[in-house]
Amino acid sequence: MRRATTSWSDQQVEEILGNLLRTGVVLAAIVVLVGGFIYLYRHGASAPNYGVFHGEPTGLRTVSGIVTEALSLRGRGLIQLGLILLIATPVARVAFSLFAFVRQKDYTYIAVTMFVLGLLIYSLTGGYL
Amino acid sequence: MNILELTALIWVGSFFAGFLGSLTGLGGGVVLVPLLTLVFGIDIRYAAGASLVSVIATSSGAASAYVKEGYTNIRVGMFLEIATTVGALIGAFLAATVSGNWIGIIFGIVLLYSGYISSKPRRVRLAPDKPDPLAVRLKMDSAYPTPEGQQPYHVHSVPLGFVLMLVAGSLSGLLGIGAGAFKVLAMDQVMRIPFKVSTTTSNFMIGVTAAASAGIYFNRGYIDPGLAMPVMLGVLLGSLLGARVLVVARSRVLRIIFAVVIAALGFEMIYSGLAGRF
Repeated sequence: MRRATTSWSDQQVEEILGNLLRTGVVLAAIVVLVGGFIYLYRHGASAPNYGVFHGEPTGLRTVSGIVTEALSLRGRGLIQLGLILLIATPVARVAFSLFAFVRQKDYTYIAVTMFVLGLLIYSLTGGYL
Repeated sequence: MNILELTALIWVGSFFAGFLGSLTGLGGGVVLVPLLTLVFGIDIRYAAGASLVSVIATSSGAASAYVKEGYTNIRVGMFLEIATTVGALIGAFLAATVSGNWIGIIFGIVLLYSGYISSKPRRVRLAPDKPDPLAVRLKMDSAYPTPEGQQPYHVHSVPLGFVLMLVAGSLSGLLGIGAGAFKVLAMDQVMRIPFKVSTTTSNFMIGVTAAASAGIYFNRGYIDPGLAMPVMLGVLLGSLLGARVLVVARSRVLRIIFAVVIAALGFEMIYSGLAGRF
């Protein structure tokens, strides 16, 4: 009786994944849009400077910095938060695949997926060598 | 020109880049980075950062439609992602050390090559073929839906495909593009996976690959919110619209026109790189 729930078909897994991805993208786009309105409302009349690379300030480079900026409803902080949400969607997809492979007891692919997930987490947490 | 006007123009440009990229199956990045650098005069690192973010948006956005059709081969995708994510990290680290001019030149070469493979007619394969032992061991063989029912297929040349994916991942991390054309080439031509399965699996992999380099891009300060915002929203909307009209518009003429545009942009990127303009 437990058999039906312990092993999902690949098709079922993919349908759940599809919904997960769409939700993630829509959510990210809404946060970016709201942040964009705030940013343009406050800074729309200033002169742009993208011609010279100077790097983003620390508050807009790290997850903790971005969350702090976003919570104080700063436009740029909110946009970065939306982008982090966006980056999280493929990561969530990999994490979910891991879960599915565990349920299917597919040990080769559990190892493969854990490796990929580990690399993604390494990159997102700073990517220090 | 103030920020508001520039944002509006970048949004419109990104919308068309996303629309064209989705129509031709090459992705928004290949048009976007030349547009941002050559037309808007934006530093190539900011352009690559904004492009990379939009690549994730289109990949995840399109994937939600694809997966329901049952084409994506999750096992092939996940296994090859070992190569693409490792490549993406190498590419992202290289982006910090290679000069902007070199990035421009490499980008130009990639554009010329992408234009060449997108204009070339696809080789027609003779089915059915023998299974490959390694692919069987990795449980990669699968089936995909066709009008005549489920059509089983075999996967071949896993090691060569893996190496090509390492290259595709590095290009993605270095240039801020999805490198979908290379991924499809590796799966469709080398691993002999059916074209529809190759494109959807490539799309799945593009998002994960881009996410792997996006973390590094963020930490290096390559992702500027003011620039990434109109680019991401524009490309996302353009590509979703492109996917709707895709069925009507995919013709050989369109592919050739696009290949010519891509090639012209490629020469321009190489020239600008050689002239030291990045």
